[in-house]
Amino acid sequence: MADSGEATAGGTPRRDFLNLVTTAFAAVGVGAVAWPFIASMQPSRDVLALASTEVDLGPIAEGQAVTVMWRGKPVFVRHRTAAEIAAARAVPPSQLPDPQPDQARVQRDQWLVVLGVCTHLGCVPLGQKPTDARGDYGGWFCPCHGSHYDTSGRIRKGPAPRNLVIPQYAFISDTKIRIG
Amino acid sequence: MAIGLHESDFKNPVVRWIDQRLPVFTMMQKEYGTFPTPRNFNYFWNFGALAMVNLMIMIATGVFLAMHYAPHTAHAFDSVERIMRDVNYGWLIRYVHMNGASMFFIVVFIHIWRGMYYGSYKAPRELLWMLGVVIFLLMMATAFMGYVLPWGQMSFWGATVITNLFSAFPLVGEWIVSLLWGGFSVDNPTLNRFFSLHYLLPFLIVGVVFLHVVALHITGSNNPLGIEPKGPQDTLPFHPYYTAKDSFGLVIYFIVFAGFVFFAPNYLGHPDNYIPANPLVTPAHIVPEWYFLPFYAILRAVPNKLGGVLLMFGSVAILFVLPWLDSSPVRSMRFRPMARIAFLLWTVCFFVLMYCGAKPPEEPYVIISRIATAYYFAYFLVILPLLARLERPLPLPESIARAVLGGGPLPAGAAAKPMEKA
Repeated sequence: MADSGEATAGGTPRRDFLNLVTTAFAAVGVGAVAWPFIASMQPSRDVLALASTEVDLGPIAEGQAVTVMWRGKPVFVRHRTAAEIAAARAVPPSQLPDPQPDQARVQRDQWLVVLGVCTHLGCVPLGQKPTDARGDYGGWFCPCHGSHYDTSGRIRKGPAPRNLVIPQYAFISDTKIRIG
Repeated sequence: MAIGLHESDFKNPVVRWIDQRLPVFTMMQKEYGTFPTPRNFNYFWNFGALAMVNLMIMIATGVFLAMHYAPHTAHAFDSVERIMRDVNYGWLIRYVHMNGASMFFIVVFIHIWRGMYYGSYKAPRELLWMLGVVIFLLMMATAFMGYVLPWGQMSFWGATVITNLFSAFPLVGEWIVSLLWGGFSVDNPTLNRFFSLHYLLPFLIVGVVFLHVVALHITGSNNPLGIEPKGPQDTLPFHPYYTAKDSFGLVIYFIVFAGFVFFAPNYLGHPDNYIPANPLVTPAHIVPEWYFLPFYAILRAVPNKLGGVLLMFGSVAILFVLPWLDSSPVRSMRFRPMARIAFLLWTVCFFVLMYCGAKPPEEPYVIISRIATAYYFAYFLVILPLLARLERPLPLPESIARAVLGGGPLPAGAAAKPMEKA
């Protein structure tokens, strides 16, 4: 096969070019085939279709909190008292580990809606029931590794790096919200 | 070099370090790089590599389908529909898996046919051939159980009919059937164990394929002339000659495969399997998947339950002893004028049986099936043993190189080396 390795006019052996094109083509092909497999592991349409939850706020009295399930996780909905709101606003945000003013974390002052998942390692903090330990700041206390959250769901003490996450939600009436 | 290390020819320091300790690079170079391969392969020799690729596709798609499938009679059908409608690209993965089964049988049927036509089963490749028959049997078991999983009408009634085959055996028959069912009929326990085994068997196939390839690399490949290579002038290094040829075949294979998946995904299936399983109603006309039709026709050709079952299993089992039924020393049918016609007739019978298997069990299909069945077995049990004695084969070529390159003196450079850059 004496002729097959000959250089073309440009000086590049033809086989180098063919090897490169073949390899590149195969790589693109493998990538194109791999994508549907990877995408199939992402949430399917029926899972996404059930991704929002409505909560009726009517029965929740002042000072009370409820836990609702949203996307497989607990969401804390707390009807805050005037004292709790005042406590949350008394502290200057600059002194917090994750600085955020309380006003930025609520849509209506008395309603706090946060994801009930500790930002440390994902445990569910205590503080929903009146008998629960609420930590040093009257919000929530995560028993796994001792993170204290305040009445705005912000981290105040302990290993958790961030405030409790505010899920996307909207008031669809004065007494009803849709989360997600 | 330190004592105990493998002597590696690789220059790249990382590759060399690994190769000295685990000589996989040396092995790949030996078995797939420089491996001496007969220089006269035709495209029939693509199908082993195609089957290997097909097996990988089936395992990959199967693993991802299993992430979404629920092996329970109450959820199986709906979970498959969910894969088709809701899972991202689920339709694609399922259609590839579904048509991949058909492609696998097309490829393996041609691969087996190639072995029979060119006498690849003869000494010294008998064990290689028998391992291939084991793979074929495992494939059939896997395909059957996979077809049950969607829990449609054909799944259910196919499972019922096929498991009932075992009841034909005297004494142990009923015991085997209840062992397969895990109950009094095909039901949830059956579906659960079929799913478990459907996931297991492909990995057994991988194991047997490995042995099949090891055995192949001991004896070397057969070739269209059926004569052994006598030296380097008769062979080519596997790479790049046959990697390139296999790659070309692979592209054609992918085009056919994609044609089914994207343009006729249900062409080879049966619409009744999109009706959820109903243990109270049997579909009017039940047929197995197309690749089982020849064997199904043999089953129905025999007017006796046990006889039909034995003949059906026997039609595959007979392949195990084919190397000893055909004692002619000439491998390739190219040099066996009578056996060649007998084998092509056998091939026609195979397709006739496939056709009859899809037809209702009435005349004239029954009588046609009987004739074809008779010839199917006569070829193995009568014609081949007789021809080995009676047939006068054509003269064999002196060597592969002589036959391929013409009658003159062999050119000096005929011993091909791995291509080098100019």
